[in-house]
Amino acid sequence: MEINIDQIIYWEWGFIKLNATLVYSWAVMVVLVSISWFVSRDLTEGTGISRKQALIESLVVVIQKQIEETTQEKTDRYLPFIGTLFLFILVSNLISVIPGVYPPTASLSTTAALAISVFVAVPIFGIGSRGVKSYFENYVKPTPLMLPFNIIGELSRTLALAVRLFGNIMSGSLIVAILLGLSPLFFPVVMQAFGLLIGVIQAYVFAILALVYIASASRIHNSEEADSTEIINPQNR
Amino acid sequence: MGLLAAGIGAGIVAIGAGFGIGMIGKAAVESIARQPEASADIRGAMILTAALIEGVALIAAIVCILLVFFA
Repeated sequence: MEINIDQIIYWEWGFIKLNATLVYSWAVMVVLVSISWFVSRDLTEGTGISRKQALIESLVVVIQKQIEETTQEKTDRYLPFIGTLFLFILVSNLISVIPGVYPPTASLSTTAALAISVFVAVPIFGIGSRGVKSYFENYVKPTPLMLPFNIIGELSRTLALAVRLFGNIMSGSLIVAILLGLSPLFFPVVMQAFGLLIGVIQAYVFAILALVYIASASRIHNSEEADSTEIINPQNR
Repeated sequence: MGLLAAGIGAGIVAIGAGFGIGMIGKAAVESIARQPEASADIRGAMILTAALIEGVALIAAIVCILLVFFA
C-alpha cells in the first residue's frame, strides 16, 4: 500500500531518480502523442473520412460543444488547452485499471503542476483577450479593499484544484488497497469500477473548472455589455 | 491520539459533505422533475457544485490521512 507514488523508484543514477509518477506520466504522454500522430497523418475533408479520423473528430467536437455551452461564446481559443488537460487527466485516471500501473494523478506533484499551469493560463488568456490594464483592473473591481481577497481566492482555488484531483484518485487506489486486505474477491472489483467513474468525473470537473476560471478572467467586458443591453431592453418594450 | 483525531475528523467531514451534497442532489432532482428539458444543464451545474464541496471535504480528509500516517 503506497500513499506516495513519488517514493516508488524504478531507476536511480546519482541524483537522478525515475519514480513512478514520472514513468507513468511519460507513458500517458507517449500514448496520447502517438495516437494523435497516427490519426493526423492522413487527414481528409468531405464525406470520405477514415474511421480513426471520425473517432477523434467526434471526441474533439464533444469537447468543443461543451466549451461553447459553458462559456456561452463561439470561440476555439480555449480548445487546445482545455482539451489537452481533459484528455491527459482522463487517460491518467483510467490507466489505473491496468494491474501494477499507478495513475500519475495520484501524486500531488502532477496535480500541482496541472493546477499551476491553469494558474498561469488565467492571466495569459485574460491579458490576451482584454489587455493588461483591463485585466488588472479586475482585481480592484468593486473596491480596492477587495484586492487581497481576490489574490487569496485565486491562490486557494489553485490549491483546491490540485488537492481535489489528487485526493480523489489517491483515495480511490487507497480504498482498493485496503479492501484487498479485508475482502479480496468481490469488493475491490466494484470499487475499481467505481474508481473509473470517479476518474472520468474528476477529469470533467478539472477541465470545466479551469475553463470557468479562464473564461471569467477573459470575459468581464462582454458580460458588462450584456448587462447594459438587458437594462436597455425593457425600456424599449 | 492522532488516530482518534483522524477518526473523529473524518466522521465530521462525512457529515458536512454528505449534508451539502444531499442538498445539491435534492435541488437538482426537484428542478429536473419540474423542467425535464433542462436536465443536461442542471446535471452539469450539479456536478460542478458537488465538486466544489468535494474539494473542501477532500482537503479535510487528506489532513486526516496525514494524521494517521505521520502523527
